[in-house]
Amino acid sequence: MTGFSPDEMMTVAAARALSSRDVCFVGIGAPSAACNLARLTHAPDITLIYESGTIGTAPQVLPLSIGDGELCDTAVTTVPVPEMFRYWLQGGRITVGFLGAAQLDRFGNINTTVVGDYNAPKVRLPGGGGAPEIASSSQQIFITMKQSKRSFVPKIDFFTSFGHGNGGSHRQDLGITTAGPSLLVTDMAVWRPDPVTKEFTVISLHPGVTLQDMADTVGWTIRYSDAMTETPAPTAEELEVLRALKARTQAAHNREVAS
Amino acid sequence: MTVAFEGFTHLIPHAAAHETIRQGIGDLTLIRMTPDVIYDQMIGMGLVRKVVFSYAGNPGVGLLRRLRDAVENAWPRPLEIEEHSHAAMANAYEAGAAGLPMAVFRGYLGAGLKAVNPNIRSVTCPFTGEELAAVPAIRPDVSIIHAQKADKQGNVLIEGIVGVQKEAVLSARAAIVTVEEVVERLDAHPNACVLPHWTLDAIVEVPGGAHPSYAHGYYDRDNAAYLEWDQIAADRDAFKEWMQRHVLDADEAIFATRANRIVGAA
Repeated sequence: MTGFSPDEMMTVAAARALSSRDVCFVGIGAPSAACNLARLTHAPDITLIYESGTIGTAPQVLPLSIGDGELCDTAVTTVPVPEMFRYWLQGGRITVGFLGAAQLDRFGNINTTVVGDYNAPKVRLPGGGGAPEIASSSQQIFITMKQSKRSFVPKIDFFTSFGHGNGGSHRQDLGITTAGPSLLVTDMAVWRPDPVTKEFTVISLHPGVTLQDMADTVGWTIRYSDAMTETPAPTAEELEVLRALKARTQAAHNREVAS
Repeated sequence: MTVAFEGFTHLIPHAAAHETIRQGIGDLTLIRMTPDVIYDQMIGMGLVRKVVFSYAGNPGVGLLRRLRDAVENAWPRPLEIEEHSHAAMANAYEAGAAGLPMAVFRGYLGAGLKAVNPNIRSVTCPFTGEELAAVPAIRPDVSIIHAQKADKQGNVLIEGIVGVQKEAVLSARAAIVTVEEVVERLDAHPNACVLPHWTLDAIVEVPGGAHPSYAHGYYDRDNAAYLEWDQIAADRDAFKEWMQRHVLDADEAIFATRANRIVGAA
């Protein structure tokens, strides 16, 4: 199969990073599509956890919210929200926290709180929800989001979730013992942090993406790995499963309902 | 007065919030982990002085436009905010339910909220020396939730995604529960989430009372209504017109009508 969108490439590349051994705390939006694609393809035994309390969920359609009934119906168990944060997340039982962002910097610090000054914001965003503690308590963090100069910024306006701070050992210096952001998958590339500086470095470009495309959508000077490759294009199976999932989701959410 | 209308996507007490709006009960401090459409509506109607929250979005859709207008432009009045993370609020409700003055947890590491919220502090563990986050217990004057069933005695059963509702009730000075139906006996599973009648102050039977949120086993989430709210709330006049027609000029019976249209889809 040929022909795929940048969005599909992003979801497929992010899904590939997950395995059946992972216990994944799934954030709202793009992460949810990637996690469920992984479950429906190469990682059937992955454990997906949503902050509404659903553990080991296996939805047939992507939830519109993190608390859809489909998540509870298909879960191994559903626990109260305080228990979710105390025992399961803070207890260290999550291998991957999967987050998106409104603003991101080169060290994987995330802002979903405000654009502009906190007390007089230009744009008031929803806020952190579970993300501040997902970022510090999950064993590692994956981030997936689309690149744009508005969102890939030299300096985020607010530290909703701490990534690698100013880089280097900043995380450990604050007493955080988990690995932090270890993967960034966008609609154009796959990035990993440099082992020493912790700055995100491009390790593969998606098919057809140019260095100019990258420079046009990232607000800092990009570092490229010496061993940079091209991201393998989505396989026919990956595209088929993803498109079927999206079609089921679309049909379910657009059902005629009360006004 | 501080009021918590809780519900984590599931079982959101929409009917109770609309009755609050109809009665014009104002100058409220609203508490909730996930203020969504009902808080957008109460804020837009000018009934809210302050909101304590951890995620202010229309779930799966985007931003809360009336809340944004209040924060960004002070319309229809300035809105004070006290912002936490989910972990902080869940722990704070639990502390309230447990009769403790504060909650202790491992949180806010490196996060910016502690610089803008004076209610986020830290304590040192007396055993290990670890510095931990501390927030005050949540103790609402009134907590309001929606549940599936109550029996004739007034015991209440909650099923499905139970969120933080039990903690919201047990941390409050007074608790009100709206239910889909009142039955002779609950016939609950031994490990089910049941609130005994003596922990509650009032039970009101309001079929469909969670719509457009959902009641597991009764009706599905009305996703289209959440998408539609994004359009309605985008414009001040459209918002006011919708509130007049669907809330101020309506009563709780409207909920049964709406929910009946999606019954069977559950």
